Amino acid sequence: MTLLGFLVLIAVAAIRLRDLFAVVMLFGVYSLLTAALFMNLDAVDVAFTEAAVGAGVSTVLMLSGLHLTSRWEQRPKRSPLLPLLVVGVTGAVLVHAMLDAPFVGDPQAPVQTHVTPYYIANAPVEVGMPNMVTAVLASYRGYDTFGETVVIFTAGLAVMLLLGIQQGTHNRPGLNAIGDQLVLRSVVKLLVPAILLYALYVQFHGDFGAGGGFQAGVIFATGFVLYDLAFGEGDARTVVPPGWLHRLAALGVLIYGGVGVYALLAGKPFLDYSALSADPVAGQHLGVLLVELGVGITVFAVILTIFYAFSGRGRRA
Amino acid sequence: MTLFEHLPVLVVIIPLLAAPLCVLLDRPVLAWLAALLASWATFAATIGLVAQTASGETISYYLGGWAPPWGIEYRIDTLAAYVLLIVSGIAAVVMLAARTSVAKEIPADRAARFYAALMLAMAGLMGIVATGDAFNVFVFLEISSLSTYALISMGRDRRALYAAFQYLVMGTIGATFILIGIGFLYMMTGTLNMADLAARLPAVSNAATISAAFAFLTVGIGLKLALFPLHLWLPNAYAYAPSMVSVFLAATATKVAVYLMLRFVFTVFGHEFSLEQMALHYVLLPLAVVAILSASLVAVFQQDLKRMLAYSSVAQIGYILLGLALMSPEGVTAALLHVFNHALMKGALFMALAAVMWRVGSVQLTDLAGLGRYMPWTLGAFVIGALSLIGVPLTAGFVSKWYLVTAAIDAGWWWLIPVIAVGSLLAVIYVWRVVEVVWFRPPNPALVDQREAPLSLLGPTWALALANLYFGIHADLTTGTAETAVASLLGGLR
Repeated sequence: MTLLGFLVLIAVAAIRLRDLFAVVMLFGVYSLLTAALFMNLDAVDVAFTEAAVGAGVSTVLMLSGLHLTSRWEQRPKRSPLLPLLVVGVTGAVLVHAMLDAPFVGDPQAPVQTHVTPYYIANAPVEVGMPNMVTAVLASYRGYDTFGETVVIFTAGLAVMLLLGIQQGTHNRPGLNAIGDQLVLRSVVKLLVPAILLYALYVQFHGDFGAGGGFQAGVIFATGFVLYDLAFGEGDARTVVPPGWLHRLAALGVLIYGGVGVYALLAGKPFLDYSALSADPVAGQHLGVLLVELGVGITVFAVILTIFYAFSGRGRRA
Repeated sequence: MTLFEHLPVLVVIIPLLAAPLCVLLDRPVLAWLAALLASWATFAATIGLVAQTASGETISYYLGGWAPPWGIEYRIDTLAAYVLLIVSGIAAVVMLAARTSVAKEIPADRAARFYAALMLAMAGLMGIVATGDAFNVFVFLEISSLSTYALISMGRDRRALYAAFQYLVMGTIGATFILIGIGFLYMMTGTLNMADLAARLPAVSNAATISAAFAFLTVGIGLKLALFPLHLWLPNAYAYAPSMVSVFLAATATKVAVYLMLRFVFTVFGHEFSLEQMALHYVLLPLAVVAILSASLVAVFQQDLKRMLAYSSVAQIGYILLGLALMSPEGVTAALLHVFNHALMKGALFMALAAVMWRVGSVQLTDLAGLGRYMPWTLGAFVIGALSLIGVPLTAGFVSKWYLVTAAIDAGWWWLIPVIAVGSLLAVIYVWRVVEVVWFRPPNPALVDQREAPLSLLGPTWALALANLYFGIHADLTTGTAETAVASLLGGLR
C-alpha cells in the first residue's frame, strides 16, 4: 500500500512538473518502486527487468533524447478536461473491475489453479531447468518471447528509419556531454568490467536464477553507455561500430528464428527445442540457451543503437 | 510433419524472418527482392490454408510442440484463412509496385530498412489473425503497430511525423486497453488460450471484472479499427504516409482489427454474453450510422485525394460495423464481404493514387485538372475502383451493399436503407468531383509533359481494379466463403 501510494504521488508530480529533467528522474524512481512492487509479489524476473530497463537504461535514453530538445515543457494549449474525463472513466472502470477480482495471493484464484500447477509439476521434468519462469518464457511460451524479441528489433528499426545510422567513428576522446571528470572516469574504469561480467552471468545463469537474455542485453549495453558517457564517443564506437549494430540486431532475431526453423526442418513444430538433440530435455536446454543468446544480442544492439542515434545527433549539431 | 502441415506458422514466419534478412542485405534492390519473394511465398501458403479450410475445417498447430492451454496454439478456421488471404494478397500486389514507388519516395540509404518494416507490419497482421492465443495477439499487435508508426513517419511531408506521433499515442492507448482486457480475462480464468477462455468464461460471466475486460477490449480494438469517434488518427496517417504504406494499410490494417473484434465478440466471449448481456450492438449501431453519414460528408470537402479516401474508409468501416450490429448471420456475412471488397476497392484506389503521386508528385485535386488525358489508364482504374466504392452493379462493392440491405430488411430495420442510400449518394458526390476535375477540366499547364505511369505501377493498379470487377461478377466465390466462415463463427446464433 505504501509503495502504491508513492507511485500515485510520483505520477501526479510528474504531470504537474514542467521541468522535464526532473520528470525523467521521477520516471526512474517510479520504475524502481514498480520493481519493488513486483519483488513484493514474488515476481523476481519481472522486477529484475523493470529495474534494468525502466529504472536503468530508459532513464539514460530519455535524458539523451532530452539533450536534443528543451528542458522545459511548454504550457499545453488545449484544455485538459477531455483527457481528465477519459482518465477518470478509465480509472472508475478499473476500480469497478476489482470488485469481483480475486485477492492478491489467494491460493484459490483461477490463475493459481488452472495452468500453473501443470508448469510447476512438469517444467522440471519436461524442460529440465530449476527456474520455472525461464521454462515458461523461453519454451512453453517461447513463441511469445520470439515475438517480443521482434518487437525490440522493430523499435530499433524504427529509430534507424527515423534518425538514420551514424556511420563511421569520430575518434574524439574527451568530447562528451559531461566534460573531463577524473573521479567519474576512475569509477567507470573500475565498474565497466564488472558490469560486462555481470551481464554475461545474467545471460547464462537465466536457467537457474532470475535473469535471461533481456536483462543481460540491457546490462551489457549499459556498460558501453556508461563508458561512452565518461570517456567520449570515440572509444566505445571503435569496439562496436554503429554501422554494425543494425546487423547485430537482425542477427539476434535470426538466431532465435533459426532455432525455430531448424526444428521445422527436422519435422517438429516451429520452436520445438526437443529437435535439437536426441534427448528431448538436453534439446530443451540447448534451445533455451540459444534463443536467450539471440534475445541478448538483439536487445544489446537495439539499446546501443538508440543511444548512439540520440547522442550522435546531439553532438553533431 | 510435412511442410504442408506447417503452413499455419509459415504464413507468419516467412515475412517475419524476411525482415531481419532485408536489414542484413542492406541494398534496396536485394531487400526488395527478398520482400517480394517472401510476400508471394506467403500468399501461396495462404492459398493452401484457404483450400484446407474451405468447407469449415479448423487447423490447429502447436507452437514449440506444447499442447494448449500450456503452450501457444495457432488456429486457422475459414474466417482466419479468409482474412489471411486478404492481407497476404494485398501485400503481394503492393510488393510488385513497391520498387518503383519506394525508389522515388524513400531515400536509398533507408529503403532496405523500409522494406524490413513493411515485412514486419505484414507479419504482425498475419500473426494476429493466425493465433488462437489472446496474449499472442497482443505481441503481434505490437509488432504491426510499431512498424506501422515507423512506416507512416517515412512520408515525405513533414506532417507525416506528426501523423505518426498522433497514431502512436492513440494506438498505444488502444494496445494498453487490449492488454488490460486480456489481463482481466487471465485473472478470472487462469488461461490465455482462446478456445479454453471460451469454455471457462461462462462460469464467471457475471463478474464485474469480465464486463470491464469486455469494455477495455472493445474500446482498444475500436481505436485500432477506427471506430467512430476513435478514428481521429486515421485520416492524417493515410494521407501523409508513403504511397505504398497507404495502399497496404488502407486495404489491410483496419480489416484485421475487424477480425479481432469478431474473434473476441463471438469466439471468446460468445454472442450470448456480447449481445444479450453487454448489448454491444446497441453501441455499435448508432456509431456505425454516424460514421457512414459524417465521414462521407467530410470526404466531400477534401482537397487532398488520399485524405478523401481516408475519410471514405472511416465511412466504409461504418458499413462493416453496421453489418455486425445487425447481429444476424446475414448481417455478419455482409460485414465479412465488405471487409474483402473494401480491401479490393481501397487497394485499387490508393494504388492509382500512388501512380499519380509517382508522375505528378501531388494528389491535391487542384493540381490534377485534366490529368485524364495524360494518364487515362491510371485514372480509368481509379474510376473502376470508385464505382465499386459507390456500389454500382457488376462491381464487388455492389455485392456487399446488396447483402447489407437484404440483411437490414430481414432484421426489420427498414430505416437503415435510407442511411445506406445517403452514404452511397455522398460517395457519388465525392467521386464525381474527382472525375469532373481530371476528365472534364482543361489541363493544368504544369501537367503538359506528363505521360502514363510505368507498367510496374499500372499493372498492380489494374490487377486490383479488375479484381473488383471479377468478384463483382463471380460473387459466389466470396459469398460462399463468407457464409461458411459465419456458420462456424456464430454456431448457435439462430
